[in-house]
Amino acid sequence: MMPEAVTDRGALPAALAEDEILAVRDLSIAFQTPAGRLAAVQDVSFTLRRGETLALVGESGSGKSVTSLGILRLTPRAPFCRITGQVLLRGRDGRVRDLVALPEEAMREVRGRDAAMVFQEPMTSLNPVHRVGEQVAEAIRFHEGLGRRAALTKAAELLELVGIPDPRRRLASYPHELSGGMRQRVMIAMALSCEPQLLIADEPTTALDVTIQAQILDLLRRLQERTRMAVIFITHNLGVVAEIADRVMVMYAGRVVEQAPVRPLFGAPLMPYTRGLLRSVPRLDLAGLGREKLAAIPGTVPDPLDPPPGCSFAPRCDHVEPGRCDAALPGLDLARPEHRVRCVRWAELAGGVA
Amino acid sequence: MSGASEAPIGLAAAPAAAPRPRRRDGALRRFLRHRLAAFGAGVITLMVLACAIGPYLLPFTDTEIDIMQRFAPPFSGPHLLGTDPLGRDILARLLMAGRISLSVGFSAMAISMVIGITVGLVAGYYRGWVGMVLMRFVDAMLCFPSIFLLLAISALIGPAVGSIIMLIAVTSWMEVARIVEAQIRALKARDFAVAAEALGASDARVMLRELLPNAIAPIVVAATLNVAHAILAESYVSFLGYGIQPPTPSWGNMLDNAQSYLTSAPWLAIIPGAAITLAVTSFNFIGDGLRDALDPRMGGR
Amino acid sequence: MGGYVARRVLQAAGLLLIVSMIGFAILHLAPGGPLSQFAAGGDMTQEDLDRLARQLGLDRPLPVQYLDWLWRMLRGDWGASFRDQQPVLAVIGSHVGATLELMLSSTLLAMIIGAWVGILGAVRRHSLFDALATVGAMVALSIPTFWFGLVVIYVFSVGLGWLPAGNRTTIGNESFLDQLHHLIGPCIVLALVSTAVWSRYMRSSMLDVIHQDYIRTARSKGIPERRILIHHAVRNALLPMITITGLHLPTLLSGALVTETVFTWPGMGRLFLDSISYRDYPVVMGILMFTAVLVLLGSLLADLLYHVADPRLGAHGA
Repeated sequence: MMPEAVTDRGALPAALAEDEILAVRDLSIAFQTPAGRLAAVQDVSFTLRRGETLALVGESGSGKSVTSLGILRLTPRAPFCRITGQVLLRGRDGRVRDLVALPEEAMREVRGRDAAMVFQEPMTSLNPVHRVGEQVAEAIRFHEGLGRRAALTKAAELLELVGIPDPRRRLASYPHELSGGMRQRVMIAMALSCEPQLLIADEPTTALDVTIQAQILDLLRRLQERTRMAVIFITHNLGVVAEIADRVMVMYAGRVVEQAPVRPLFGAPLMPYTRGLLRSVPRLDLAGLGREKLAAIPGTVPDPLDPPPGCSFAPRCDHVEPGRCDAALPGLDLARPEHRVRCVRWAELAGGVA
Repeated sequence: MSGASEAPIGLAAAPAAAPRPRRRDGALRRFLRHRLAAFGAGVITLMVLACAIGPYLLPFTDTEIDIMQRFAPPFSGPHLLGTDPLGRDILARLLMAGRISLSVGFSAMAISMVIGITVGLVAGYYRGWVGMVLMRFVDAMLCFPSIFLLLAISALIGPAVGSIIMLIAVTSWMEVARIVEAQIRALKARDFAVAAEALGASDARVMLRELLPNAIAPIVVAATLNVAHAILAESYVSFLGYGIQPPTPSWGNMLDNAQSYLTSAPWLAIIPGAAITLAVTSFNFIGDGLRDALDPRMGGR
Repeated sequence: MGGYVARRVLQAAGLLLIVSMIGFAILHLAPGGPLSQFAAGGDMTQEDLDRLARQLGLDRPLPVQYLDWLWRMLRGDWGASFRDQQPVLAVIGSHVGATLELMLSSTLLAMIIGAWVGILGAVRRHSLFDALATVGAMVALSIPTFWFGLVVIYVFSVGLGWLPAGNRTTIGNESFLDQLHHLIGPCIVLALVSTAVWSRYMRSSMLDVIHQDYIRTARSKGIPERRILIHHAVRNALLPMITITGLHLPTLLSGALVTETVFTWPGMGRLFLDSISYRDYPVVMGILMFTAVLVLLGSLLADLLYHVADPRLGAHGA
């Protein structure tokens, strides 16, 4: 971990290319629990360009949500939780900061301004005792220094932008007076209020009706085209991935197991786990309308306090080869250009099965 | 599916999405709590023993008037805790008063538990009309501030130890009834009561054999807290002059005249009050420890 | 909203009916019933007593007597004091102000300190402060109010001479400052238990709230931690405290009686005790009923307030 004292290392990470917004390097997140240290996320690395959408896919407990919370440091504070590695984010001002090393106060200013988040449960993610307008305007007031009235005016514009009818009147509504879809639109308006460079959407459509899901996805896509923001889209629904993502990162037991642009990943998945996920979606072209859960792979995710030696998917894998798969943790190999996989047998399997 | 389900398996105590950090720090609190319960139990045991045996070991009785030794301050002479305006030994009086106050506490608790459990059982078991009427009666009783009710009735019927016990019991069973009623209602919905009923057990048998034992944890906690409540109630009415009547000493009536001597003999007020506080605190500590031990869901935080 | 208010008021009215029955039963509990005080005097013959019973309608069946009594209570005819023949309601009315002053000021004090202790305990859960506050609250709930009153008088009046030892004013000096000076002692004494109650419930309410999703949302917006705490967490955590304050009313009234006795505060509690010692039963019964009605109205008010304060419960139009 970098020394805490370094506040702004704008010049240091030259590795962030011109059009890159975010570079995550060797991000690891560990929780201190009564039962011991729990590695929830290990050595996750990826980059994200302007206007690009990265889908983070995995089962419950794969570490995808923890990764997203860790990027904004919304996980519990040290000593309950330790984050190591680098998270380089290019802010709205063009400066690059390492979010892992940023002091809390500077981190607070990044949240909502340079990177914002939309959560899964629109029902519980809005404060029930405050009016919608106040909640959308809040971030604007703090990050842009606008007065209450001006911030509310901007909030109304944002509500209109996300397709809420009669936005001026809606400012005075309380969250419980809105439907789930409308609330999620409010959440999106709130996240976009300071025009962030990066939007992290943590299963934003999972709790919604199928038709509403499609509308919200469509809205996110349109907004992204307009603002050119980078999006990390977390989901377990592969149908949604096919619809919205440019690139996909599959996570399993806290590690990245496959990473590729959306087409090669769907067309020629290399990791047996990814293949299992894809098999569990019956009809890809209709999947966006369905709500398929990734439950078709037998077995369960390994206990993070007692991970198996070697490949963590080995205990559930059809192609497991004792002596090889459980010997040591496989590396994340570059199989093809832009396509990485963590499997010792990917080459043999690609020849035989794919 | 909620955000919490994202937490790695086996991490129920610290879901990542809804962070509830729990660490060794929690142990400090738990440790302290259980230490407190142990402290309470120790104090009560000592008090009961002292009140039972102590008066036989002292050179003075609680009624012995020593006119030469009036207002002797504590730790100054033969009278360890000093003497009162009549020259009676305060320690002896304190121990005899403790017998009364503790007995009143335990007896009133026992009676109020019987009333509360009965009402709660019946109201929870026979829902509908009977249960409704009983629980509304509980609500109505709770509208009367307890000290007002105690004093009014006590003034009407004339106080004696027995009637004070009954009075305190009659004004403090309502919370127990509420707890039992809620427990029985919840338990009755579960299979084993239904099964016992289907097997043809009588109502009384289902209530006492199947339902009541399963509600025992909150009842035990409520009983402990009720002793604390009863000791306090006794001290209030006795202090105000409508409880245990002199010459029978109780912790409350020992304080009855203390205010007049606050300048000259403050120990008259301080010693019995400290005894009440210590006893009540101890019972509250025990109750809290029991609550943690018997039912962690009830209030472990 | 209208439907809820109507239902809740109806409920309270039903409860009031049961309360009145209990009150009527207590009135008839004394040996000799409502006439016992004349019988106790000893200067009346049995014949006199019988005639009086007939005059007062005590020879009628109990249900009839009850309905008659209830009707008179509802009309505001609560009888007259034996001591000075004043109407009971007027006697209570002249004392209730001092009690309310004491209750309101101590509740305010308890809210401020209790909420602060509870919030801090929740935010720094398991810290030394939290542990001490928890133990402190339990001890505070165990201290007899009258004894705490005596200790306060002993320390601050007898020992340090900072506070008057009792009464509401100094005779001959009825300035506002003098009244305030007299209020401090009893206010602190009565606030002890309420503060403990507030701190415990506030702590657990805060713990519920700070793990809610919307707090995480607020954090993700990058607003200052202090604002999250006050604007988002405390605002929500205070809602259930409205109910708690309502539920605490009977305990508060009992505490006020004791506090008034210790500090010779001329309120309803002292009036109650004086009336008992004078065997002034109409006033005793009047105050008993009055406090029960006060509690009932208090909990009704708390429920309605909660309804107004929580936007989810629909007091605000869509």
